[in-house]
Amino acid sequence: MHLTAVQTVIMILAIALGTMITRFTPFLLFPERKEPPKIILYLGRVLPPAMMGLLVVYCLKAVSIVEAPHGLPELIAIAVIVVLHKWKDNVLLSIGGGTLVYMVLVQAVFV
Amino acid sequence: MTETNRKQKLKSALLAAFPNTLPVLAGFLFLGMAYGVLMQTKGYGPLWSVLMSMVAFCGSMQYVAITLLTVAFNPIQAFLLSIMVNARHLFYGLSMLEKYKGLGKVRFFLIYTLCDETFSISSSVEPPENIDRKYFYLAISFLDYFYWVFGTLMGGLLGGLISFSTKGLDFVLTALFIVLFLEQMKKKENRMSGLIGIVATAAALFLFGAENLVIPAMLIILLILLAGRKKLCT
Repeated sequence: MHLTAVQTVIMILAIALGTMITRFTPFLLFPERKEPPKIILYLGRVLPPAMMGLLVVYCLKAVSIVEAPHGLPELIAIAVIVVLHKWKDNVLLSIGGGTLVYMVLVQAVFV
Repeated sequence: MTETNRKQKLKSALLAAFPNTLPVLAGFLFLGMAYGVLMQTKGYGPLWSVLMSMVAFCGSMQYVAITLLTVAFNPIQAFLLSIMVNARHLFYGLSMLEKYKGLGKVRFFLIYTLCDETFSISSSVEPPENIDRKYFYLAISFLDYFYWVFGTLMGGLLGGLISFSTKGLDFVLTALFIVLFLEQMKKKENRMSGLIGIVATAAALFLFGAENLVIPAMLIILLILLAGRKKLCT
């Protein structure tokens, strides 16, 4: 432990405060007893798909196309997920199947 | 509402929510444990890692914070970095304003624990018809929160005892986001926005690099969505 107990508690609180500002701000700016402006309602409706796209790319940000295995495990696993999902349309099956394929690829194929 | 009635409603909501959270169970136990182990190696035992997970509950930032706990004490830097790393939550809040409306006291907990995974599920999945909406969202938030804290505790206690190869298991959360993205794409009116999210973030990754992509990506998304309001407002 590098910091003292009191310093560590302060660090935890500082990090929590920063996080909570980002989580609570929208709800404080637009309290539920007041109807939010139309533009905010519009954003609330169109943001979720865009943010899901952001999260997908964000998760893959460290994948290198230049270095071996050139993002192949990710590409194959994503293809498996998309095909499985189109075929069976079962959320858990697609996630489980894709993850399993990925684990086999990084542990046994592209080592 | 009587006490038994409330318990019954909560129980059926937990049962209905649980299958939706299974990928998070796998991902959070794994990443939470890894976090507990890493903290342990820096001299911060389970008491500290669990306290951090319970109070701050912010996955990737907690990993960033491990470094901050091993250098000179600087809470202001930690606070500012935490806002930047977590800025994406601002858009989650905007998206959940309507869904989290009129939920009474549990609303505070729902907002406090609104992480990537909980947002993904709660914004994509509709509560089943016979399930109380409030308890359904509460169950998803609580289960995800519990998995993370419990994983951290296990990692802190067991350390490096786990011997089977879990390499690649963290992909389960990527898979969760991909599948929920596909679920959103089922609705025609969501497709343009989903595409904007992918392209804007890829552009931000290309222009600003992997370390600083989130805030530029959010700004690009916001600008395009606002500029295309008339077209997307169908």
